Amino acid sequence: MSTEALEEVVKTKAPAEPLFSKKRKKLISDPLDDDNPVTVQVLGICSALAVTSQMKPTFIMAISVTAVIVFSNLVISMIRNLIPNRIRIIVQLGIVATLVALVDMVLKAYDYQTWKDLSVFVGLIITNCIVMGRLEAFAMGNKPWDATLDGLGSGFGYSWIIMAVALFREFFGSGKFVGMDIPVFSDWYVNNGIMTNPVGAFMVLGIIIWVQRLRSGYVED
Amino acid sequence: MQQSNTYILSFTVGMTVICAVLLAGVFEALKPLHLKNEEIDIKKSILSAYMDVSSVEDIQAEYDKNIVGIVLDAQGNPVTKDADGNDLLADKIKVRKQYKEKDASKKLFPVFQFKGEKEGEFAAYIIPVYGNGLWDEIWGFIAIEQDFNTIAGASFDHKGETPGLGAEITQQWFKDSFKGKQLFDGKGELKSITVLKGSGNASIDAHQVDGIAGASMTTGGVNKMLKSYFNAYKAYFARMSK
Repeated sequence: MSTEALEEVVKTKAPAEPLFSKKRKKLISDPLDDDNPVTVQVLGICSALAVTSQMKPTFIMAISVTAVIVFSNLVISMIRNLIPNRIRIIVQLGIVATLVALVDMVLKAYDYQTWKDLSVFVGLIITNCIVMGRLEAFAMGNKPWDATLDGLGSGFGYSWIIMAVALFREFFGSGKFVGMDIPVFSDWYVNNGIMTNPVGAFMVLGIIIWVQRLRSGYVED
Repeated sequence: MQQSNTYILSFTVGMTVICAVLLAGVFEALKPLHLKNEEIDIKKSILSAYMDVSSVEDIQAEYDKNIVGIVLDAQGNPVTKDADGNDLLADKIKVRKQYKEKDASKKLFPVFQFKGEKEGEFAAYIIPVYGNGLWDEIWGFIAIEQDFNTIAGASFDHKGETPGLGAEITQQWFKDSFKGKQLFDGKGELKSITVLKGSGNASIDAHQVDGIAGASMTTGGVNKMLKSYFNAYKAYFARMSK
């Protein structure tokens, strides 16, 4: 009896796309490299410059942004056929704002110090162009699972870039690695003030974008 | 149908209600944690006026170990009960609420006494300060040594000062610059501590600290705040230093 039922399910699902088909894998892998939201599309720069002076707050920021992108993509994709076209932008904004407020409250409750360090930048996730960009470009026209994967891809793409920027900025700016002193090195290293400023983030980010485009051959039209 | 005004309106109302209920629910559920975090944060600021808290894991335990709080009335005399006969505890006094209190005679002023090495002796007396910066409120804690004249340390915080300018008042170098400064001149007149305009000032006397370039509005607020609170505690200082 039960095996029959199982076969039924398998049969009906057979024509559907596999959970991680080639196309779906690309949804995750593309934004990590060739279609990176930060280095190729040059979105989300503001927070990439502002919160990347140390690894730890940057990591929390990366998780927060990824969570907001994934869940807003999922929710918008689920209700995409219900959203009246004329007010779709404000609906997207409402969903994003709700999610950001949730992230803000959870952070304040469970990691107060980081919440204080990140200050306004958690709230400013609302204005992160990557979020709205993915909603308009993808979630409005695709199924929830695809939208979730797309959100994960973009979130990770954003995350690894800001983590890389933070790694360099913390290393050169304070001579530290994830908040810890590096044996021998930290003792004699003279902190480079420019790296703790957003100016340093501009430089590091610029270099990362240059290396990435040199490798992929991407040219701005 | 989906483009009709009725549909759009009902969709908007429905979505708003769902989002609002969700947010309000989560807010209420997390409120106890928020309040506890804020309380710990204030205790951390109090301690950091006198000691280095960067490696302290348990702020609450450190606070309980070192701090004995007392409450003063507007004349600088210790009080233990409020008008309704309830116990007054220094760490339950909301400095912001006292700052906003219109009736000056009703204001209460907490003092956080930092225990010294000997039993019954205090190494420093930490007082709160509260005022307005450029954009929003600023506050802090000032630790004063046993002579009730020398500053032992300070900590500042703010709600919305400009990052890189006014917000620099929370930086360690700015707090450290208060150490060793004097409240009173040789004749016993209260001089308060003044943050100078601009940075890199050449002549800085015992009642002044170097300023922050581009943050005169915030540091002006700091000056005003320090002066008013030192004045408020003046009677207490005078009585204690005798």
